[in-house]
Amino acid sequence: MLRYSLKRLVGAIPTLLILLTLAFFMMRLAPGGPFDSEKSLPPEIQANLDRKYHLDEPLLQQYGRYLWDLLHGDLGPSFQYRDYTVNELIASGFPVSLRLGLASIAIALVVGVALGTLAALRQNRPADHGIMTLAMTGISIPNFVLAPLLILLFAVHLGWLPAGGWNDGQWRNLVLPVIALALPQVAYIARLMRGSMIEVLRGNAIRTARAKGLPERTVILRHALKPALLPVVSFLGPATAAVITGSVVIEQIFGIPGLGRHFVQGALNRDYTLVMGVVVFYGALIVLLNFVVDLLYAALDPRVRYR
Amino acid sequence: MTEEIRGRSLWQDALARLKRNRAAVTALVLLALIVLLVTAGPWLSPWSLDEIDWDRISTPPSLETRHWFGTDSVGRDLFVRTLHGGRMSLMVGLVATAVSLVIGIAWGATAGYLGGRVDGFMMRVVDILYAMPFMFFVILLMVFFGRDILLIFVAIGAINWLDMARIVRGQTLALKQREFVEAAVACGLTAPRIIARHIVPNLLGVVAVYVTLTIPQVILVESFLSFLGLGVQEPATSWGALVNEGAQEMESAPWSLLFPAGFLAATLFCFNFVGDGLRDALDPRDR
Repeated sequence: MLRYSLKRLVGAIPTLLILLTLAFFMMRLAPGGPFDSEKSLPPEIQANLDRKYHLDEPLLQQYGRYLWDLLHGDLGPSFQYRDYTVNELIASGFPVSLRLGLASIAIALVVGVALGTLAALRQNRPADHGIMTLAMTGISIPNFVLAPLLILLFAVHLGWLPAGGWNDGQWRNLVLPVIALALPQVAYIARLMRGSMIEVLRGNAIRTARAKGLPERTVILRHALKPALLPVVSFLGPATAAVITGSVVIEQIFGIPGLGRHFVQGALNRDYTLVMGVVVFYGALIVLLNFVVDLLYAALDPRVRYR
Repeated sequence: MTEEIRGRSLWQDALARLKRNRAAVTALVLLALIVLLVTAGPWLSPWSLDEIDWDRISTPPSLETRHWFGTDSVGRDLFVRTLHGGRMSLMVGLVATAVSLVIGIAWGATAGYLGGRVDGFMMRVVDILYAMPFMFFVILLMVFFGRDILLIFVAIGAINWLDMARIVRGQTLALKQREFVEAAVACGLTAPRIIARHIVPNLLGVVAVYVTLTIPQVILVESFLSFLGLGVQEPATSWGALVNEGAQEMESAPWSLLFPAGFLAATLFCFNFVGDGLRDALDPRDR
């Protein structure tokens, strides 16, 4: 198990390095810089600014410097938000995004698994068709369409919930963004779960369990659920990535001060270090999560470990 | 009475099964209607894409004024804009899918066919790329290199080929081992003929399914970008851009959100249903 984890961990390093390199050079090769503004600066000031942020050095040297600082956990100063380092901005934005993301994933998992199992147990009957049509609807309505519709209904017309804002993560402010983020994932997980549950239920282990005369409840919960969950576990990686990407637009719509907003604002302002910081941070997070998911998978399914 | 028993090809079989799937057929018809409306619809209206009706700014849908979907906040006709947006979204969907199709099939078939070390390396590349948060890269591309339509196509196509490559490779590997390929080899068929006659037709089914499922994904990505204001630019428009504009005035003019959102969702819904139907039709094991 330890060997397996080490192997997976080492495998993640090139991914991160490529991610970092691509992001770095793409941004530096793009036209325009962080200090472009309506008024052009006097050349001396421009030169001083460039020197301060090491923009006057050769590109490779800047790249090396960035890597070196990163190894020390330093993502550099933000170009736009003077007086703030990227580390500070991420530290302030991430807890907000994390709360949003965790709530969404948790809800997607619980609801998705429950619906999928239900559909599998009622295969090709009205309940199954109903759930699967619902799931298809969830997949087909993009979250940036769903979010305004939710606001229109629950905030504007019914007035039950606030239309936006964060308010320190009060549950009333969380409900709508979390629904908008979770719904597509609920749909995907329900479909996955249905498929794998149907497959598992056909297996010999289940036939044996039933032949022993176990009650249906025990058969499903104790014998079928765990193997059927495997595809869902491996979907957690992509689901997290989707929730992170989705939160970029959801945070924008609901005016939530998370990392996604920092990213969009940073990109629009050419705040190199902030954008790099967010990409690297989220990239590392996704890679790390995929690693955890792999381990979880290996723990659940011993066959994987010995391959 | 001695009627010759004709074999049914994979596709005839699949078509018969698809026809029995009512949801998929309905979705297909609806999709055809949407495509027809989007292509021909703008000519039906007396208004054009960026014509401004100064007397009617942000008016609700009405048959009288011939603004069938109402007007937006600067007095442009929403019917025409929604359909033009649809042309853009569908075109992005088709072209970007084609890009991902070409790269994916070439990459996957090569890896699967050559096998061994080449395969290992090529798939490792796919694995590495797979772990990247690509949406962030597309957003960066859009921001830094301008909102070029061509760039949107390429960028989106470049994300989506990974799945295709994996699927094609897996399929090629599996097909290489099958008895009918062995039989074909035993019959003395040449390699190109085996590939053309036995491998590719069997790949096409999976690829067809995957294409119908990739198109809605691509449309979604484009809409996502346009929604953030990073996709197509004025005066051109797409469903994502229209949803964005509509969302800003949904309280006073809900129709400006509902029409493009409805079209977008309906199109994605249909593509997904057709794709699912195709998958079931081509691979009946799970029925």
